[in-house]
Amino acid sequence: MTPFMDVPAPLIEVRDLYFQYEDGTQALEAVNFTLQPGETVALLGANGSGKTTFVLQLNGVLRGQGSITVCGLPMTKQTLPRIRSKIGMVFQDSDEQLFMPTVLEDVAFGPLNHGMPEEKAIAQAKLALDRAGLADVWNRAPYHLSAGEKRRVALAGVLAMEPEILVLDEPTTFLDPPAERNLLQLLQELPQAKLIVTHNVRLAASLASRAVFFEKGRLVASGSVDEIVRRFEWTYSDLPLADLRYSAQRRF
Amino acid sequence: MAILATYAALLASAILIARLPLGGVLLRAMVVLPFSLTFALISWLVGEPQRALALVEKSYLSTVGVLLLAGITPLPLLLGGLERLGTPRLLVLVAQFLYRYLFVLSEQAQHMRLAAACRQGGAQHRQRSRFRAATGALAVLFARSYERAEGIHQAMQARGFSQRFSLLRATPFGAGDGMFVLVVTAFLVLVRLG
Repeated sequence: MTPFMDVPAPLIEVRDLYFQYEDGTQALEAVNFTLQPGETVALLGANGSGKTTFVLQLNGVLRGQGSITVCGLPMTKQTLPRIRSKIGMVFQDSDEQLFMPTVLEDVAFGPLNHGMPEEKAIAQAKLALDRAGLADVWNRAPYHLSAGEKRRVALAGVLAMEPEILVLDEPTTFLDPPAERNLLQLLQELPQAKLIVTHNVRLAASLASRAVFFEKGRLVASGSVDEIVRRFEWTYSDLPLADLRYSAQRRF
Repeated sequence: MAILATYAALLASAILIARLPLGGVLLRAMVVLPFSLTFALISWLVGEPQRALALVEKSYLSTVGVLLLAGITPLPLLLGGLERLGTPRLLVLVAQFLYRYLFVLSEQAQHMRLAAACRQGGAQHRQRSRFRAATGALAVLFARSYERAEGIHQAMQARGFSQRFSLLRATPFGAGDGMFVLVVTAFLVLVRLG
């Protein structure tokens, strides 16, 4: 099949992915997934349905059977470092992501690992912190930051690697409403394609152009956020989705 | 004896200059006494009272010194300095991670204690059940720490970590630092000779 000129190559292509945990739990089964440039996709599904396991496959932290291609690079041991520099992953628990003594060192961790010279890594880290609205906390210890600040430092640490794809695992957990609003606004401004694992339907509705639904390790549906939410009754209340949707720009 | 008194005076003035609570530091340094007193007692019993005394004094003053250092130096700087002085990098890293997650861990332990207290109610509970709850909590804390370590490792891998740590350069060693080392060393040498 020859690709058409106006159809861009997908950023992520996953074919027939299977994964089993060491204890025998089948966590992923026959997952097929494509992420196009500029897309933002929400990954919805129950707790334990395989969403986080799936995103950990994309940068090779977990390895299953099946084929994964990221930015045209097939996932192999040799391409792994390059793939990891293309996918920026923000984890659910910021405390696990921020392990260096100071914010600046943490944000510079990724660029340094990818062989960037020190001066440049520092400049890059400061730029990323600036981008995340955190220019004044670079010298602080991550432990002393608020949950919202931690989340943004984690995001800055990922942005400093200049990834082409952002993967966010439950980005709004533990955040108070203003912090959530700030993060949402920041995410809307970022040009990268995004994959967002979330239970937060409002977040999905205001960021994602598409949603996929996971059930017991299988990707069972793909469609607009509205469609998916309606089909699986994926809301906390009986309110129609239109009432739950909000804009990050709206003032409260 | 005079030498130790001079050291003590030096430490005390440094503590005062640093505006640390002198009484608090002296009190906290007593944590070393149960250990040093044990060994002092042994020395005393084998007929070396001089040595027993020196043992207690030296260990106590050393602890005061450690508290002073820890009280006025932020840990990242301290670790950077240690690395510069040639401490094995692995050791520095372990200390760094330990320090980072000690807070997270103790916070978690606090939460668990609180949750346990809430469920124990106001009634007088027996020591035995409290002990059992504590051992259970310890086991959970261990399992949780293990999981957390795996999570941290995953987060490190996701940002391209491959066995080798590339850290930012430790704080530069300036003229002021050189001067400080010179003065302190000279002072110690003088005390020792004089």
